[in-house]
Amino acid sequence: MIVRILGEGQLVLEKDALAELNKLDDDLMAAVESGEQEKFEGAMQALLGKVRELGSPLPVEELKPSDFILPSSHSSLDEVRDLLSSDGLIPG
Amino acid sequence: MADGVMKRMSLIFKSKANKALDKYEDPRETLDYSYQKQMELLQKVRRGVADVATSRKRVELQMKKLQQEGDKLEGQARKALELGREDLAREALTRRANISAQIGDLNTQYESLQNQEENLVRQSKALEAKVESFRTQKETIKATYTAAQAQAQIGEAFSGISEEMGDVGMAIQRAQDKTAQLQARASAVDELMASGALDDPSGLAKDDITRQLEALSAGGAVDDQLAKMKLELSGGGNKALESGNGNGSYAAKSDEISDADVLKDGGAA
Repeated sequence: MIVRILGEGQLVLEKDALAELNKLDDDLMAAVESGEQEKFEGAMQALLGKVRELGSPLPVEELKPSDFILPSSHSSLDEVRDLLSSDGLIPG
Repeated sequence: MADGVMKRMSLIFKSKANKALDKYEDPRETLDYSYQKQMELLQKVRRGVADVATSRKRVELQMKKLQQEGDKLEGQARKALELGREDLAREALTRRANISAQIGDLNTQYESLQNQEENLVRQSKALEAKVESFRTQKETIKATYTAAQAQAQIGEAFSGISEEMGDVGMAIQRAQDKTAQLQARASAVDELMASGALDDPSGLAKDDITRQLEALSAGGAVDDQLAKMKLELSGGGNKALESGNGNGSYAAKSDEISDADVLKDGGAA
């Protein structure tokens, strides 16, 4: 499967990594909903770190849609919330 | 709990791509239109990279100027202390602390801008590679076009490129926001300098501390001169006598020499 980290690019991961990612993703979602900055930052870095650890970069010339997309590592809590609540933020 | 962050974000991107794909009835038109958009975006990214670089250089220059100004204030504080003006020294050091804070602030922004610039350059290269790949696929698809097959092929290439474009587009926006933020701050510092609240590091306009220090030094020189004049006036006779004596002894000396010369001449004769 392919995961994109916004601002970084696409990574290819084994499908069985999904269970682990889903757990971290649930933590992140909970942190976003809680609105707690520290919790959010911790959860974001944990998830992004895991994706980077398990993934290898998709060659740049390959044109494939990602199965999952993650915010860029320097996104703020508000930015992530906005990203999830509307599609108006994505240009083009 | 419904979908998490990663799934929801990917759905948002996909729906955006699908909307764009549905705009045209003939998939070949979609391909050309998208390619045109990609070229525009590439131009935009390149401009974005250039803008960020310009902004970075401007802030770099400003931090340098502020640094010089801080050094100058430190020198002034030292000089003020030497002249026994602790109040002026304190004022200079207070301004210097203010400038250091400004530098620290700008530096934080600067580093994050630099980071964004690097990312933007990397993303622009990735987009370039993908656009080129899209162009090749587009030509193949158009050449071997059968509606059903093309739809499927277009789907993947199109979603792929549209996702990339969305990502790059967001990166450009972020970089532009950051640049605007930094420019606003740099302008504020420029305005402060122009208004004289922070002084002009070019050194052309003199700030009040410099003026006071110069007045102190000049004052010292004037005091010295006054003291000398007072001395000349009050003990004027002594001074005249002293120089008279000096002249006298010189005259006497030349007399002696003359005598000696005469003796010498006499002896020789």
